Amino acid sequence: MIEVRRLTKQFGKHPAVDNISFSAEKGEILGFLGPNGAGKSTTMRMITGFFPPSSGTVIVGGSDILTQSLAARRKIGYLPENAPVYPDMTVSRYLDFCAEIRGFGGAAKKQRVGETLERCFLADVRHQAVNTLSKGYKQRVCFAQSILHDPEYLILDEPTDGLDPNQKHEVRLMIREMSATKAIIFSTHILDEVDSVCSRAIIIANGKVVADDTPDGLRRRSISHGSVVLTVTGAATDDIQQRIEVLDGVASVSVVESDGERTTLRIFPDDPAVPVADRVIASANQDGVRLASVFVEQGRLDDVFREITTGIRP
Amino acid sequence: MQSGNFLRNIWIIMKREFAGYFGSPVAYVFIVIFLLLTGFFTFYISNFFEAGQADLKGFFQWHPWLFMFLVPAVAMRLWAEERRLGTIELLLTLPVTVTDVVLGKFLAAWCFIGIALALTFPLVLTTMYLGNPDMGVIFCAYLGSFLVAGTFLSVGSMTSALTRSQVVSFILAVVACLFLILAGFAPVTAVLSGWAPMGLVDLVSATSVLSHFASISRGVLDVRDLLYYLSVMVFMIFVNGVILQNRESA
Ligand SMILES: Nc1ncnc2c1ncn2[C@@H]1O[C@H](COP(=O)(O)OP(=O)(O)OP(=O)(O)O)[C@@H](O)[C@H]1O
Ligand SMILES: [Mg+2]
Repeated sequence: MIEVRRLTKQFGKHPAVDNISFSAEKGEILGFLGPNGAGKSTTMRMITGFFPPSSGTVIVGGSDILTQSLAARRKIGYLPENAPVYPDMTVSRYLDFCAEIRGFGGAAKKQRVGETLERCFLADVRHQAVNTLSKGYKQRVCFAQSILHDPEYLILDEPTDGLDPNQKHEVRLMIREMSATKAIIFSTHILDEVDSVCSRAIIIANGKVVADDTPDGLRRRSISHGSVVLTVTGAATDDIQQRIEVLDGVASVSVVESDGERTTLRIFPDDPAVPVADRVIASANQDGVRLASVFVEQGRLDDVFREITTGIRP
Repeated sequence: MQSGNFLRNIWIIMKREFAGYFGSPVAYVFIVIFLLLTGFFTFYISNFFEAGQADLKGFFQWHPWLFMFLVPAVAMRLWAEERRLGTIELLLTLPVTVTDVVLGKFLAAWCFIGIALALTFPLVLTTMYLGNPDMGVIFCAYLGSFLVAGTFLSVGSMTSALTRSQVVSFILAVVACLFLILAGFAPVTAVLSGWAPMGLVDLVSATSVLSHFASISRGVLDVRDLLYYLSVMVFMIFVNGVILQNRESA
């Protein structure tokens, strides 16, 4: 387990990370979200022992990163932001170096490096110098370095940044696959990624944790969560809006779009947990009116993210 | 910490650094410039052949002055480059101590300079051909020269850790090395002794690499001289580690 305890980092007077606490268990994939400059990278740098915290500490699998730094660092795999790798080394030399410093030698080293090259789709460029690689490949080399020693804890700072859609998919698959035996913390600006990969998400803003929840839990906070979006043809907009507004369990109805022929309405229920879709459909269903589409909105992470980090309701 | 691990880590880091030197043109440029400059000073300024002596005094006396510029040029990239590229973030989050890394990098650079120094061997062969030089003196002078290089390197490595700009690191290191030389440079000590008490003059010149180099290159291997070089190096490397450990930013 990674336990982040009351972590604070001041740069000058300004706190970049302000008293953050959370923990991640093995089996969890923790998404780390927040606007630019929120303090995600700074937090990760403290977790991995690169920055000394101004106060607070991190316990990695029982080892304190400040007092038992080496033991803690042995258990961590880290992909820093912007994937820094020595530019004039070849890919396989670089991974050899990482394997050696992690304590592998001889056949074990060869096997590790070989496997990792395959896994990260780097076998074709293994003899190429890093500075001749494209950005996405560099990112993969650095990712390869982080999983090389099969660490118990993975800290990934924007691991899919710069990857093509196929590679993004592969990395997400890999993260999901590895999560059974590892605790993984990764930061991202891609909210879909949170949905498809994370078991939990933490949103930070201005150095503080502002939300810590499952992706579904976050979505439920969206004002559009549980609302019914209905599109009908052949009905007067005012007429159908009034008819639905008076239904039991309906809080309000707003017109999304209306062009005379076609009307799209959004119906907000009193309680998102109590479905109103059946009643809405029944009341819309009358002579001359045809249902074009109807669906229940789950809520959108984008909206929740914006609301939580800026306080503006979309 | 087990010493086996300590040596192993230093060795792995040294190997990586060393491969880095010869993987880039910097190394070859450095070696060529060093050899050209030593040749120039030895033959044109010291008039090696005309001097008519089978010793290498005219060769070694220039080393501190050459190293003053060349060694900071090697040292400036040690840390500044890591910081600029961001690779320091991976290096210092590996399961190795700051001491491992600082020593590994330092030793790799020192060995590299040692190789450049060793490549001046044709000059030794020439003196052997011309006359009958005292090989003990030559060996001591090489050792002294290597120690001066190591001392300057430790200074340069420390200034390199201070900044992410190689230029700033270079200038700071040259100034520091210049001070280490001038403190024992005869014209400077002459000026000093005009008004300062004798004890102070001795103290100042004792901090100079030049006064310690002078005796070693005459073939006098004094423990105090060795101690001087080693303690400056240890101190600088220690400060280097402290700077890295207390770095507030990347
Ligand atoms: N080395 C540093 N020196 C001074 N201030 C810093 C340093 N590193 C980060 N900061 C400041 O700390 C704050 C948090 O930065 P951080 O890099 O952690 O943000 P982030 O959440 O990772 O942003 P992004 O999404 O852009 O990567 C910012 O205001 C930044 O300017
Ligand atoms: Mg960041």
